[in-house]
Amino acid sequence: MLTRFLNRFIWSVLTLVGTAVLTFFLLNAVPGDIAKVIAGSKASPEVIQEIHARYHLDDPWWERLGLYLGRLARGDLGHSYVTDQPVLEAILMRLPTTAALASVAGVMWMVIAVPLGVLTARFSGSWFDRLTLVVATLSLSLPAFWLARMLQYWLSYKLAWFPVATFQSVRHLLLPAATLAILSIGYYARLIHTNMVEVLESPYIRAVRAKGASETRVLFKHALRNAVIPVLTILGMDVAAMLGGVLFIENVFALPGIGTLAVQSVYNLDPPMIMGTVLFSGVLVVGANWVVDLAYGWIDPRIKTGS
Amino acid sequence: MPLLEIRNLQIDFGRGPSALRAVDGVSLTLEPGKALCLVGESGSGKSVTALSIARLLGSPPARYAGGEILLEGRDVLRMRAAELRSVRGGVVSYVFQEPGASLNPVFRIGNQIKEALKLHRPEAATDAEVVRLLKLAGIPAPEARIRNYPHEMSGGMQQRAMIAMALAPQPKLLVADEPTTALDVTIQAQIIELLSRLQEQLGMAILLITHNLGIVGDIADDVAVMYAGQIVETAPAGELLKRPLHPYTQALMNSVPSLDSEVQRLTAIPGAVPRLGAFPAGCRFHPRCARAQAECSQKQPVLVEVEPRRWVRCPFWNATGLNINPGTARQQDPSQVLGQALRSGGRGER
Repeated sequence: MLTRFLNRFIWSVLTLVGTAVLTFFLLNAVPGDIAKVIAGSKASPEVIQEIHARYHLDDPWWERLGLYLGRLARGDLGHSYVTDQPVLEAILMRLPTTAALASVAGVMWMVIAVPLGVLTARFSGSWFDRLTLVVATLSLSLPAFWLARMLQYWLSYKLAWFPVATFQSVRHLLLPAATLAILSIGYYARLIHTNMVEVLESPYIRAVRAKGASETRVLFKHALRNAVIPVLTILGMDVAAMLGGVLFIENVFALPGIGTLAVQSVYNLDPPMIMGTVLFSGVLVVGANWVVDLAYGWIDPRIKTGS
Repeated sequence: MPLLEIRNLQIDFGRGPSALRAVDGVSLTLEPGKALCLVGESGSGKSVTALSIARLLGSPPARYAGGEILLEGRDVLRMRAAELRSVRGGVVSYVFQEPGASLNPVFRIGNQIKEALKLHRPEAATDAEVVRLLKLAGIPAPEARIRNYPHEMSGGMQQRAMIAMALAPQPKLLVADEPTTALDVTIQAQIIELLSRLQEQLGMAILLITHNLGIVGDIADDVAVMYAGQIVETAPAGELLKRPLHPYTQALMNSVPSLDSEVQRLTAIPGAVPRLGAFPAGCRFHPRCARAQAECSQKQPVLVEVEPRRWVRCPFWNATGLNINPGTARQQDPSQVLGQALRSGGRGER
């Protein structure tokens, strides 16, 4: 158990270091002089010179990488070149918005995708199942930016059911969260459906029915827990893709979250901020996989002793 | 009043003209506290019959096309959902073929047994009662076993846990559907012995489904033999084992190895159980029957009470002087006969 944990930990650290190094090189390859971005194109050569010196822009790349990783190891993500705000502070300030968006979307996802997957499996082949399949296929083919714009245009602007943009109350989160949820509900409803259909065929489900258990108990207690095991793996891998969705949606709805921060930092060509947000996403993905791993052991007892 | 009375049960798979009749006019009676064995090869419809008692067949594809299943006088096929739930477990409990697959892998044994108690005897849903049930099913150190997951137990222990779970609601009828088929030979005898002891101790009726005539003598009061969806012979167990009347039962007997008989060679029944939907005309057994007559391929025989409590579906059951038709039995390709013997000795139906 301890070795497994240690192994896992080392891999997580390596993943994050890899992310940091890769981002560093990618930014390094961006053409143009960062100093001119910071000081403006009309800055005098002296100012440019001074900026070069201050940010070690003329040092060889390995020295700068070493400097960067050294700071990272101390938990220092640096300061924004544009606003001079500490990167970590900027991220933490934006985190609650993104977390709120993700939570509302997560609740919507749970309340819709799970029952939909379970019930379509129970009534597999019915018109309800077939209709869900069509809608689900449609929903998972939608691009995030298009869906976000469409919902915003029709439901907020035209029909005025929802606020158009910005974050002032939970109501402002409903439409962006719905967009985020719609993008994955279809896929997960089908995934749960497929696993449920298989589980419902198994002898232990017949045995539970033979005990006199109600259909609700059969489906949501006995079958769902087994059907969710393979879904978890995919969920863990999918977190990264969902972060991409967050990026678009926050921008479309002008939510001051980490997604907008990331996009802004790219527009501003603000290397510390770009690296910070990318690294933060890396932490999220690694963290999500930790959670999935723990959830695995909790849901499926065969995993603890099996390995 | 009999505990279980099945009258002319008909079960189809599929609908309309393409429907296949898996159970065709089966009637059975089981008195409280008695043990009935339902015997037949894979595909004879015995498991389908057994599952229908608590309406456990998925419907669709299965369809209860006719007949009645009376449990304590009430027709299971006409019950509403709530009544059916109280009967499942409460009146009739099941033990299935593969204990490893019949226990939910993600819940502890103790909790699965406790669930059966909660559903039918909520006042008794305690650890102490679970321990008592596990002990009753012959599980050593039951206090420790409560916290085990199914995969942490051996097949034999899993089946005992299944039995404990089935006993929890104190059912009047225990249906054991090939309970030993998936187990080691040494464990098989223990499980049958356990069932027999529990039947006596708890005064519970047992319906045992098996393809193995060898275990009938250990437990059964009565035996019903099924072939291709129909009952071909019913009799008190002792009499049937001593003197089987239907040619199919006789053939089955000859294929069971016995320690105390002088018969040296085991005979396999030539051919295979006909596929569902491809039953031959006339008597369904006639293509494999050593005593088949011309008439057998024309007219379907009916079940007749030839002696008190002995029913046989064969007009020639007593025709000792008949010409024995050598055609079917001897012209079999030996490899086919061997294959059939292996199949019928295998894992039962799926």
